[in-house]
Amino acid sequence: MARITMREAISQALWEEMERDPSVFILGEEVGVWGGTYAVTKGFYDHFGGERVRDTPIAEAAIIGAAIGAALTGLRPVAELMTINFAFSSFDHIVNQAAKMHYMFGGQMVLPLVIRAVGGGGRQLGATHSQTPDAIFAHFPGLTVVAPGTPADAKGLLKAAIRSQDPVLFIEHATLYQIRGEVPEGDYVVPIGKSTVQRPGRDVTLVTYSKMLEISTKAAEQLSKEGIEVEIVDLRTLRPLDIEPVIASFKKTNRAVIVEEGWKSYGVGSEIAARIYEEAFDYADAPVKRVAQKEVPLPYNRTLEQSAIPSVEDVIAAVKEVLHG
Amino acid sequence: MAETITMPKLGFDMAEGTLVRWVRVEGETVEKGQVLAEIETDKATVEVESNVSGVVYKHLVEQGAIVPVGTPIAVIAAPGEKVTDLPVQAEAAAPAPKAEAAAQPAAVAPVPSGATLEGGRVKASPLARRLAEEHQVNLAAVQGSGPGGRVVRKDIEAALAAGAAAAAPVAAAPAPSAPAPQPVPAAWAGAVSAPADEHVAIDRLRSAIGRRMVDSKQNIPHFYVTHVYDVEPLMALRSQLNELLPDGQKLTVNDFIVKAAALALRQFPNLNASLANNEVIRHGHINIGVAVAVPGGLLTVVCRDADQKPLRVISAEVREMAARVRSGKVRPEDIEGSTFSISNMGMYEVEYFTAIINPPEVAILAVGSARKAPVVDGDSLRVGMQMSITISADHRVTDGAEAAQYMQALGQYIEQPMRLLL
Repeated sequence: MARITMREAISQALWEEMERDPSVFILGEEVGVWGGTYAVTKGFYDHFGGERVRDTPIAEAAIIGAAIGAALTGLRPVAELMTINFAFSSFDHIVNQAAKMHYMFGGQMVLPLVIRAVGGGGRQLGATHSQTPDAIFAHFPGLTVVAPGTPADAKGLLKAAIRSQDPVLFIEHATLYQIRGEVPEGDYVVPIGKSTVQRPGRDVTLVTYSKMLEISTKAAEQLSKEGIEVEIVDLRTLRPLDIEPVIASFKKTNRAVIVEEGWKSYGVGSEIAARIYEEAFDYADAPVKRVAQKEVPLPYNRTLEQSAIPSVEDVIAAVKEVLHG
Repeated sequence: MAETITMPKLGFDMAEGTLVRWVRVEGETVEKGQVLAEIETDKATVEVESNVSGVVYKHLVEQGAIVPVGTPIAVIAAPGEKVTDLPVQAEAAAPAPKAEAAAQPAAVAPVPSGATLEGGRVKASPLARRLAEEHQVNLAAVQGSGPGGRVVRKDIEAALAAGAAAAAPVAAAPAPSAPAPQPVPAAWAGAVSAPADEHVAIDRLRSAIGRRMVDSKQNIPHFYVTHVYDVEPLMALRSQLNELLPDGQKLTVNDFIVKAAALALRQFPNLNASLANNEVIRHGHINIGVAVAVPGGLLTVVCRDADQKPLRVISAEVREMAARVRSGKVRPEDIEGSTFSISNMGMYEVEYFTAIINPPEVAILAVGSARKAPVVDGDSLRVGMQMSITISADHRVTDGAEAAQYMQALGQYIEQPMRLLL
């Protein structure tokens, strides 16, 4: 198995799917000649040509609107949003059109549409370009929301997203492109809507996804040296949410910490905590704890930005708190 | 400017304390004088106040940790301040190991009580609650080791291992009120129905009292001198004064005894003393400790410089401190620094009793009830009002003659109570 970056894994999935299915095409800002803002589609334009790798104007509503139209007519568009923050410009198209058409028109048409969007903070891009609005999109029935935390999952889940008949928002974290991991070659597909245990443990259940999987794993490694074994459940898909592995783990450890990069209020952690209490109340031995972003627009200043985003130390402290609680 | 808060020393012989609960979490703002944490010593759970205003930058010890006096426990910083030179976290701060907890659940449970929520519901995690139900463990009898005394899984497991709480009736322990009259059985059937033996764990306060009393009784050669005082004038004066005082401020008999004992001690510095390291320390201040009964034990609150304070001040201070003791809100200064103690059982119709010296003090008074008694007045008998007081004293420091003279001097004040008002 090759050890490649998440950028290469995503690129590989796209390439293989475009080779496999001629109805798959890419559109977005700078995806063609330039090769993508994050260089995910480098070389695609030369290989697949301008028909299937289409540069668009800087107009997100147009990108998503065009992609929806293409999907309705039988193509499999993969639209790239330079950052998920620009999805707000196409919010109506995503949550009001793409997410509801199949339902509102009695199932007459399907929307095999993928929106790849770059999310997360930590790169000093300022408050408007560093957000983690995953929970907002996961709120809408009809929209699948995927956010991988490892290169292998990125490849496998993107392939599944492209093959899905439903609109999928595929969130790639800006600071995960360079992480490396073992990625199976060839036709490797990870089913959407399946959470997984990324690290087994017995003392505390740590529920997380995307970038915070990396932070949580580092915390787990340090805690392990102190004899605390953390079990990490990676959600991978926020909607449809697969809560079973979370509940199974919680029934074993009786204690949970949820780590997310977005804001705490009304966030992913709120949802997971509520589900734990609904489905495993009698197994709780301590209140569930949430680690999340400080409730401020993310600062530009590096020190302030880092202090607002959950850190390894924050996770360790939270784990110790629930352990002694 | 960051400030380090350390484990306070709350008594002559306090070597370490348990950090029971962080009242302020990290990142929370705290004003000077606000409660930062609750700490448990051998004697009591006390609140530790922050001596600066700022933000709780870091907890240096975890809840449940037992750390020596003087160990840094928290850092208070200015809002937004980044502290780079944090004190080293205490190595001794590790919470009680789990294995020990399983073996000796009673001895290491850091919170003896306080695990009850409003409405009498026991504070327990849902898991602990379910396990207790499954194994028929009486939750109310289990000591919680979680925050605020919450009963968690390991406490139930420890209780099961100890067999202490198992199979007990789920109803709460009976109150010590008069038992309801039982019908007399028509015929003696030979079968006795009685509740099963109840195993009650020794909590921290009880074991501290036990340790100190054994230490005192084994090591201090106690001797006792009893005097009987005419308290007719004192009771009359008290009635007179109390007519002038509003409810809630009325003087107790004990207030008079505290004042009298303190004034008499001025002439007997050898009794207002401590014995430590083969040396008698005669204290300059006369701080009278007053024993206060609490559920499961007793604590001694301290009225400082009682010889110099007016009766009403003594009365107010003792009343407030006793209230704090009974509500579990006692402050360090309430129970620290007594130089001579008084145990008063007058309210229980006690003729006389003897008390055990509260080390490192040298003497203690045991005060009985004021009661009507036959008094020889010249050649006739009349009904008078008497009270017996017994002093227990340390023979290593003092002798019978000195103790008896002190009791005579005490009589000068008790039998002529106007002197207490001068």
